[in-house]
Amino acid sequence: MSAVLSIEALTVALPPGADRPHALEDVTLGLNANEILCVVGESGSGKSMTAGAILGLLPEGVHATAGRVILDGRDLLTMTEEQLQKIRGARIGMIFQEPMTALNPLRTIGDQIGEMFRIHTPLGKAEIENQVLGLLRDVHIPDPEAARRAYPHELSGGQRQRAMIAMALALEPRVLIADEPTTALDVTTQAQILKLIRELQQRKGTAVLFITHDFGVVAEIADRVAVMQRGKVVEEGRADEVLNRPRHPYTRALIAAVPPLAPPPPKVVTGEPVLRIEHVSKTYRKGGLLSRNKRVTHAVKDATLSLPHGGTLGIVGESGSGKSTLARCIVRLLDPDSGSILLGGKDLARLSRAEMRAETRNIQMVFQDPFASLNPRRKAGELVAQGPMVHGEGRAKALARAKELFALVGLDPNATERYPHEFSGGQRQRIGLARALALEPKVLVADEPVSALDVSVQAQVLRLLADLRERLGLSMVFITHDLRVAAQICDRIAVMKEGVVVEEGPTAEVFTAPRHPYTQALLASVPGRTWTPPVSPDAAAEPSRPSAEPALAP
Amino acid sequence: MESLKRIGKSPTAVIGLILLILVIGMALSAPYLFPRDPLSLAGRPLQWPFANSRFWLGTDTTGRDIAAQIFHGARVSLLIGLVATALAITIGIVVGAVAGYYGGVVDDVLMRVTEAFQTLPNFLLLLVLVAVFGTDIKTVTIAIGLVSWPASARLTRAEFLSLRSREFVQACRTLGMRDIQIIFREILPNALPPVIVYASVIMAVAILLESSLAFLSLSDPNVPSWGNLIGTGRSVLRTQWYVSAIPGGAILLTVLAVSLVGQGLNDALNPRLKSR
Repeated sequence: MSAVLSIEALTVALPPGADRPHALEDVTLGLNANEILCVVGESGSGKSMTAGAILGLLPEGVHATAGRVILDGRDLLTMTEEQLQKIRGARIGMIFQEPMTALNPLRTIGDQIGEMFRIHTPLGKAEIENQVLGLLRDVHIPDPEAARRAYPHELSGGQRQRAMIAMALALEPRVLIADEPTTALDVTTQAQILKLIRELQQRKGTAVLFITHDFGVVAEIADRVAVMQRGKVVEEGRADEVLNRPRHPYTRALIAAVPPLAPPPPKVVTGEPVLRIEHVSKTYRKGGLLSRNKRVTHAVKDATLSLPHGGTLGIVGESGSGKSTLARCIVRLLDPDSGSILLGGKDLARLSRAEMRAETRNIQMVFQDPFASLNPRRKAGELVAQGPMVHGEGRAKALARAKELFALVGLDPNATERYPHEFSGGQRQRIGLARALALEPKVLVADEPVSALDVSVQAQVLRLLADLRERLGLSMVFITHDLRVAAQICDRIAVMKEGVVVEEGPTAEVFTAPRHPYTQALLASVPGRTWTPPVSPDAAAEPSRPSAEPALAP
Repeated sequence: MESLKRIGKSPTAVIGLILLILVIGMALSAPYLFPRDPLSLAGRPLQWPFANSRFWLGTDTTGRDIAAQIFHGARVSLLIGLVATALAITIGIVVGAVAGYYGGVVDDVLMRVTEAFQTLPNFLLLLVLVAVFGTDIKTVTIAIGLVSWPASARLTRAEFLSLRSREFVQACRTLGMRDIQIIFREILPNALPPVIVYASVIMAVAILLESSLAFLSLSDPNVPSWGNLIGTGRSVLRTQWYVSAIPGGAILLTVLAVSLVGQGLNDALNPRLKSR
């Protein structure tokens, strides 16, 4: 099979002062007609740079220094900007990660898709309208006629991504580049979009270069896989080969870090409930004095859950399901409208602000974003010592304790004098964890603590959480959208949808015999659910490179 | 430290810094170079600069030494600038921080008050304050501070609005910190850089406001301010223009120095501009 698009020995230089001299080093990839090639790697592996290099869309100061990118016998790297403009859109289509920012908010969907025809073809107005309608039908947008006249903000995320796909495929390009096209989408929407890309690719025989960080997505959609690490392709082969019999140690480590969807054998949690959430509701009201603009959103409706002592309760759901609102109600960052939150004989929902401040000793939170959750102007040690100091501990003692906590969460105790920006994402998340543990809380509420992390770092943090829970006898409420993560760490799982807890039970039960149709739909949407990551003897112990994450950022 | 290095790299900021140091030097050396009261009669009135070696910048309409008034005036202008700016920034930060952090009704009330101050031309308001409370130099300084705070309040509020939803603020709340502590010890240091930069603008305007008052003979006549000197020269502007022009030049250079340093601070403290 001859390649439609081939990248030959491509090297892309980074500007001096970057963390490495080359964004891409000697990358050779061939993309055949009628296949999906997944380029997979962690952040900074150069997978998005590859797409940029093909289209001549590299960031400023970054340029290709060697190699060729051949499309139909012509080298794209030697083309002028003008020549490239004729290629982009017409010969190579592109889908981006965030459809909201990739679409112009001030123009209708139909207008933007029609622009593809206006630029590249001599078609008339009526003909273009017909084509656009046909395309919107092809991507299965409900009510294509209305979608054509809609503005981007009037469509849902999934529908916007469908419109983007329609635009990318408008001129039937032979090559489609998709850069993390489903990362910003909910899992059920993601499943639909993946199915759509597969369907259109097969119907039109397009060659798809699919960039992703998610091995589940790879398992779902790839014909062939290329694994990238620090700008190099370390392994390439058929999807089945790479996923089930990875050869390169880095690939093995990455795949070993993917949490399997099957929950481990259940841990017996017999403790009394330490935290009871009873009939908690939270409603957001928006709008001014005039009733016309008022909007009422029931973020959490009558949620009742309980957390056994020493156990982990997972709350899973898609965006807008109310899981984060519930977490914030539990720690009283938000005040619930009704219901009670019982912890150690006290109803947190009824406490005054001052009483709640004292009660924070017993319940702490770990946040999602490792970059926003630490005050950039405070030293790491100070951040960890703050909690005890607020509760009356002396400064010297609190700082000494911070060093102990650093050791506990696997950081260098001598790093307490550094500022947050000197740490990597995974290390920052450990600092956040140390800060929460400093008060020795009975209950830890973790709001998506690993979803901003690369898969190998994610595995480490999850191991750390499980280990700490064991050692310190912590009880944990774990909020996540990722069912794989939930399967590995939670004893019980509650599924939320539109503010309502639709199902709750032991993890194994929820995963093997889901009762509610929504739970069934969620489980059916997990990408790569039929694939079980192989556990190879050498990779299972400790991933090779990821574990080398140094105690301090370089 | 890094910020200081970046200031050193920008030529305009260095020029501003040199000018500012010169003005500060003038203010500090005034009592030694001109030990006599600068407002006392020194010689024949309206001598041109360089005409008499004793008065190298000449004398004004009443025979006072212009050089002495310029040097002593630097003290007055800088002091008024600094005190009024400190006052304006303090009010602005407190109002802006409280409005931005709490939002809702508190924000609405505080912002309407701020707007009330902003919609009145601040010089007019200053005239009213001075007319009511008198032209003592302390009163004038406080009055200038009182009319200059709204912009810094809005700036602080904008910073707080974006910072308060950051997770580190929520983390502080879950640790049980009091609001006061969160506002002033956690958020404020992050919100401060643009406000500090804006302080240079307030300082420049404060100096100008005092001069304008003095020009209208509404400032304290018993201090040797540059504005007073310009006011004195008003009556002989067409023949002995130097009486007004010399202090005018001093004001121009000082305001320029302060704004250049402010610009340099902006480039140095604003991380979004670092790469340029």
